Amino acid sequence: MTMLYDEALDRFEPVLGLETHVELGTKSKMFCGCKTTFGAPPNTQVCPTCLAFPGALPVANAAAIESTIRIGLALNCSIAEWCRFARKNYFYPDMPKNYQISQYDEPLCFDGYIDVEVNGEPVRIEIERVHLEEDTGKSTHVGGATGRIHGADYSIVDYNRAGIPLVEIVTKPIPGTDRLAPEVAKAYVTELREIMRSLGVSDVRMEEGSLRCDVNVSLMPRGASEWGTRTETKNVNSLRSVERAVRSEIERQAGVLAEGGKIVQETRHFHEDTGTTTSGRSKEEAQDYRYFPEPDLVPIAPDPAWVAKLKEALPELPLARRKRLQAEWALSDHDMQAMHNADAIDLVEATVAAGAPAADARKWWMGELARRANETGVPLSGLPITPVQIARVTELVASGALNDKLAREVLEGVLAGEGTPDEVVERRGLQIVNDEGELSAIIDQVLADNADAVEKVRSGKIAAAGALVGGVMRASKGKADAARARQLILEKLGVSE
Amino acid sequence: MSLIRKTAAELGTMVASGEVTAVEVAEAHLDRMAEVEPKVNAFLHVDRETTLEQARAVDARLRAGEKLGPLAGVPIAHKDIFTTRDMPTTAASKILKGWRPPYDATVTARLRAAGLVILGKTNLDEFAMGSSTENSAYGTTRNPWDLSRVPGGSSGGSSAAVAAYEAPLSTGTDTGGSIRQPASVTGIVGMKPTYGGSSRYGLIAFASSLDTPGPFARNVLDAALLHEAFSGHDPMDSTSIDAPVPSVVEAARTPDVAGMRIGVVKEFSGEGYQPGVLARYHEAVQLLESLGAKVVEVSCPSFLTALPAYYLIAPSECSSNLARFDAMRYGLRVGDDGTRSAEEVMALTRAAGFGPEVKRRIMLGTYALSSGYYDAYYGQAQKVRTVISREFEAAFHQVDVLVSPTTPTTAFPIGERADDPMAMYLADLCTIPSNLAGNAAMSVPVGLADEDGLPVGLQIMAPVLADDRCYRVGAAVEQALESRWGGPLLKEAPSL
Repeated sequence: MTMLYDEALDRFEPVLGLETHVELGTKSKMFCGCKTTFGAPPNTQVCPTCLAFPGALPVANAAAIESTIRIGLALNCSIAEWCRFARKNYFYPDMPKNYQISQYDEPLCFDGYIDVEVNGEPVRIEIERVHLEEDTGKSTHVGGATGRIHGADYSIVDYNRAGIPLVEIVTKPIPGTDRLAPEVAKAYVTELREIMRSLGVSDVRMEEGSLRCDVNVSLMPRGASEWGTRTETKNVNSLRSVERAVRSEIERQAGVLAEGGKIVQETRHFHEDTGTTTSGRSKEEAQDYRYFPEPDLVPIAPDPAWVAKLKEALPELPLARRKRLQAEWALSDHDMQAMHNADAIDLVEATVAAGAPAADARKWWMGELARRANETGVPLSGLPITPVQIARVTELVASGALNDKLAREVLEGVLAGEGTPDEVVERRGLQIVNDEGELSAIIDQVLADNADAVEKVRSGKIAAAGALVGGVMRASKGKADAARARQLILEKLGVSE
Repeated sequence: MSLIRKTAAELGTMVASGEVTAVEVAEAHLDRMAEVEPKVNAFLHVDRETTLEQARAVDARLRAGEKLGPLAGVPIAHKDIFTTRDMPTTAASKILKGWRPPYDATVTARLRAAGLVILGKTNLDEFAMGSSTENSAYGTTRNPWDLSRVPGGSSGGSSAAVAAYEAPLSTGTDTGGSIRQPASVTGIVGMKPTYGGSSRYGLIAFASSLDTPGPFARNVLDAALLHEAFSGHDPMDSTSIDAPVPSVVEAARTPDVAGMRIGVVKEFSGEGYQPGVLARYHEAVQLLESLGAKVVEVSCPSFLTALPAYYLIAPSECSSNLARFDAMRYGLRVGDDGTRSAEEVMALTRAAGFGPEVKRRIMLGTYALSSGYYDAYYGQAQKVRTVISREFEAAFHQVDVLVSPTTPTTAFPIGERADDPMAMYLADLCTIPSNLAGNAAMSVPVGLADEDGLPVGLQIMAPVLADDRCYRVGAAVEQALESRWGGPLLKEAPSL
């Protein structure tokens, strides 16, 4: 039986480890010139090399090596002065050569760390290694209940993915997270994803498999010094799943240990629907990969001066950038975190860059637009509106051409595909009434129709003017400038505030 | 004189001058093949029409004034381990029976571009694993000197085709001696270039860190012309050396060893060597001395550990290289009746498709790379490899080239060693060190052994990227001996 999370944490301490695979966004594959476009028709991006035809040879992609070194530098790693690719030998139909070109005991980058924040507290995650390898093809198992190879009627393979450069990032064991283990795991993967984005090396889409994560978890009784046996959970395909997989594995292992059982070192599969893991292949029957240095490729020996240049040219990393923007925008930790969680920081920054005040940019993206995104189930960045357009709307409000209500209508028009903010204003006729004569005529009519309210204002109950302003706004269909209307009403009635 | 008796250089000149056409030259060789193939069995694939089509295209290119190399219109036989887009490529294995590659090997493509005409694909030991061609899945090739004997291996089809005047030139690959040993036992010239000097792209891999494409010819100059035509940097092969091709043709035209320092490898002599082989070898060394070379004895003790190191490294690499033959994308597929898993079909296909020697080496290599054994076997062998390279370097500080017999015996009878792998492996005792170190090495004929009247070869080893020295020394030996014999050694061979 699984144990409830709180009880599990009362009795045990978790140790985490994360192995993350990132597909690099290079134009061509790791060892041949084939394209890497996602979603191309099956087996259309293949050649003798990535199909492992007899006699075909690999040639390493220099751009992929550069990206890997940049990743290593961004993760504060040392860069190997000399290292080799290695062959990892095992038979599987989606791996054309029946060995994967990877790296074994000589990774390109090693011994680094990244800092993440959990509940506003910094946590340092140490990085064991970052190495470069090639992806496999993609098998689809047809028939059978599980979608896995056992029990399937037949399997089909798409080799388009075979040979796409893949970077594997392995953490050192992460003890001491205590109750926050799931949050730390999620924060780490989130931060890693943003670092990849800021480096521009991958589109890091978990749902498309360009970022994949294996979660290692072990438990030890509180106060113990020796770590427990770990399991490795695969098929963790979203940030939320990272968190859930850690939690579920802690609950399961605690249950096993509490009943006097032993944890089997094994691979487990996470199931999105139930939020639990099931046993996969046991490590005891694990393959002997017979690693040896890849004789078809020459060693990589990055020039230290070039590495130094790459280091200098690294972009500002996400955590530092968030700290800087928070200060520039004068936001609270809470507001900044909310923006981060909503993936709004890039959008707000772009809106500010387009000329909008930070407060306004934040107000629109985190308010009206967040609501719309939520309603329609798309990410903020997926809304059909651009930061430049938001900036234009804030400009129109600041100049007095729009008020808040009209501005919301403009946004609605843009989101509905009616054109740019200016086009929507024009087509929907949403300009504030600036014509004093027209406004004056509307006011005269409202004053004539509301004798009671007029009397109250004249007798000193200035608050009653609100009703008259409301009348003007209704009569103008919201296009009047409310402040100016109020001013004129008071003037006409000979009252001052 | 019949076209088939001409040298490649002569044929090239004749075609270039218009004295004969490429088609006539090809036809003469195709006719010769039709005549002697039933006895020799050097070819796995012959396709007269495809060959003549290529020859017609070369003639047309020459008529159109295209500048082709000195071998334009000269026919060539390719070891059936180089991919050819217009002919099947099998590596003499059942697992690739009938496979038609969609691309040319770099060697094939470069020679095609230079106007050479492909006569066919020659026999070999399956996946180049062997020293006799007896490991071919398609029957043994016979030695033109004595049809009851092997032509050497693994490139035995290529050596036999050239020795039997079926082709003036052929390509081979040398992983542990697979060019030099067959050249030696068929009385022709065979060269293993510096590793990385010739491209491996499209060469079906046996042992990637050792496999080296090289030429066969009936004389040193022809070998040099062919060497030059396919060598040089290839961006498709990462291990290809980005340096100019050594000036091998010039060296082949400079048969002069006066003042050269020649090292006799002390360890490659004596017990285990056929007396007739040693006699011709010692005469060749004396000959070099008489031609003005300074001969010294050099000791390279680690060379004796090369054979065991090789039989760990080569099988280890082959166990991985041959994993791709899994019935999924090309080649043989066995047992796919809709009830079996992919894994079962892979296993059945590999069981049926590979011959016993290939399986033996896959198993040896799998074992040597296994966790817990790696350091003791593969790791140790790599250390030996480093020691051998250093010993070569040290030797080449003292001398310009090293010499030894190419192989301890003359051609052995078919069947004699087929069931004795260790005896078979010894055929490569003297050739393997140069594969491990990656340096250049050649075999040139130096006469016939007294006891059996079969050819003996002299191995000439030169430093990495000093391939030209092999040609210079080889040409000097050839010139001196041919003037003594009154012509090439091959004129002593039976006419078939």
